[in-house]
Amino acid sequence: MQRLLRKARALWASEFAHNFRGNISAIVGGVIILFFVFIVAFGPSLVKQNPYEIASLQLTDAYKPPVWLSGGDPNYFLGTDGQGRDVLASIVYGTRISLFIGLSAMICSSLIGASLGLIAGYYGGRLDGVIMRIADVQLSFPSILIALFLMSAFGKGIDNILISLTCVGWVIYARTVRGSTLSEKQKEYVQAAKAAGLSNRLIIVRHILPNVVTPLIVVSTIQIGTFILIEASLSFLGVGVPITKPSLGLLVKNGFDVLLSGLWWTSVFPGAFIMLLVFGINLLGDFLRDELNPRLK
Amino acid sequence: MISYLIKRVFQMVVVLWVVSIIVFTMMSFTGDPTYMMVPLDATEDEIANARMLLGLDKPYIVQYGIFLKNILGGDFGRSFVFRQPALGLIMERMPATVEMVLVAMTLALLLAIPLGVFAGAYPQKKTSRGIMAGSLLGISLPNFWVGMMLIFILAVRFNILPSSGRGDTLRMMGVNLSILTPDGFKHIILPAVTLCFSTLAILLRITRAGMMEVMKQDFIKFARAKGATFRSVLFKHALKNVLIPVVTIFGLQLGDLIGFATITEYIFAWPGMGKLLIDSIYMGDRPVIVVYLMFVAFLFVIINFTVDVIYTLIDPRIKLR
Repeated sequence: MQRLLRKARALWASEFAHNFRGNISAIVGGVIILFFVFIVAFGPSLVKQNPYEIASLQLTDAYKPPVWLSGGDPNYFLGTDGQGRDVLASIVYGTRISLFIGLSAMICSSLIGASLGLIAGYYGGRLDGVIMRIADVQLSFPSILIALFLMSAFGKGIDNILISLTCVGWVIYARTVRGSTLSEKQKEYVQAAKAAGLSNRLIIVRHILPNVVTPLIVVSTIQIGTFILIEASLSFLGVGVPITKPSLGLLVKNGFDVLLSGLWWTSVFPGAFIMLLVFGINLLGDFLRDELNPRLK
Repeated sequence: MISYLIKRVFQMVVVLWVVSIIVFTMMSFTGDPTYMMVPLDATEDEIANARMLLGLDKPYIVQYGIFLKNILGGDFGRSFVFRQPALGLIMERMPATVEMVLVAMTLALLLAIPLGVFAGAYPQKKTSRGIMAGSLLGISLPNFWVGMMLIFILAVRFNILPSSGRGDTLRMMGVNLSILTPDGFKHIILPAVTLCFSTLAILLRITRAGMMEVMKQDFIKFARAKGATFRSVLFKHALKNVLIPVVTIFGLQLGDLIGFATITEYIFAWPGMGKLLIDSIYMGDRPVIVVYLMFVAFLFVIINFTVDVIYTLIDPRIKLR
């Protein structure tokens, strides 16, 4: 306990924490992320309805406006959709799906991308040429189109979205990690490890990887936001998550169909949550990039 | 220069060839298009017959060979839904998409460069911080949601601008353009504004970052010392040196705009090739999807090539190899 306290105090006093406290946008980003962590962890127990339990829905409560408008029902703070589903409850559950996809896609693509980047950067040669050529070509195509095409071939489903996002996202990791690996490879500690007779695999995993983690963290933060936006766009177009697992993007799509009749709350609020979530991630990502980039200091 | 051009053209052909393999392979996963062609009450024999006519009974390699041969001969297949040549359908709708993308791009450039120059020249000002926060918000906005909000506020609530279609078009040099007629101009505002948001934000950030780097350099101090006004230093000396990363991103953004145009067209019922793609995905119209992707790939390859050539025009220090 004492040690933990000391560690916490050291962290609080560190330069990183000091800069964080002095940076308004980083604090705002942090607060937004904490808010979403709270929603994901405790949201389902706080909302009164489980939007997946069809039996708990009251069709008579369809299209109730938010509580502050006339006709609003205090049971449904942000109103209801066409099936009498509480918009707030849908958002809470949708946020979990969106964040789950964003985080999982980040993990999958960083694992694959970083491994390829390490291999390409460390070994060089023909393998490096092939991997980076593929990356170059892929980068010249917009990721949304690649994802859209893959989803239209695979069909709806969270697993397929993860595959598509990984196919789209590995490139940026491979490039970043390869660049860092190339510069780390020149350094003396790698030469020393080689001279000591360590195997290539050991050098990559034990010595180079820890030194390329920083750019990896920066890229990963921003990629989560990008993945969430791509997933939302795919779901909005109806080729993303299945109807039984509505992410925030699918909620916006469902609301779009009734927007022209003036029933705005079913699409405005889920969209606002996407924006807030991605904004928070980007604010933090920006701070991390400036803070962890030694060139800027 | 000549050898560079030959090398690039060869590379472009290889890229397109690889794209054709990927597109063809992925599309053959999407299920059997025979059922799109035959009536619902078709017998086994009729289905087998249709499959033979489509060439689907042949092995994969042979099918790909036929596909490649047809493409090289200019035959891109016929749409299952429209019963017309797929390439014709795309070309018919391309001007609408290109028009929207170009208007959005112009809008983004006109706003991004002055704002980026300002934010980079005066990084400490409150306005600059506001611009930067705004640009981060612009990157975080889901493109489709912005479009919906614009429709809801400006078209549904206040009824100022129309929310769907192209409006009246005027024929010029063989293509129909919306922007030339008052009605068409009204129709293009909302889609173009929706589309330009993220590009605007990204171009702005690149311009600002470049500006901040350039402003520290000696030739800027020198220009000031010789008595040039601050404004002329900003826009004549500094901006010229910021343009190279902007051009790189510009090329990438043009691709992104074409990609996101699919969503924007879908929301605003803009009759471009992006909406055709979405409709074709819904209806399983495989030939149209394939041709769209091949065509867009071709477009991107050309854009990238053009961007590389533009570099040398802006910066004579860069040599083409």
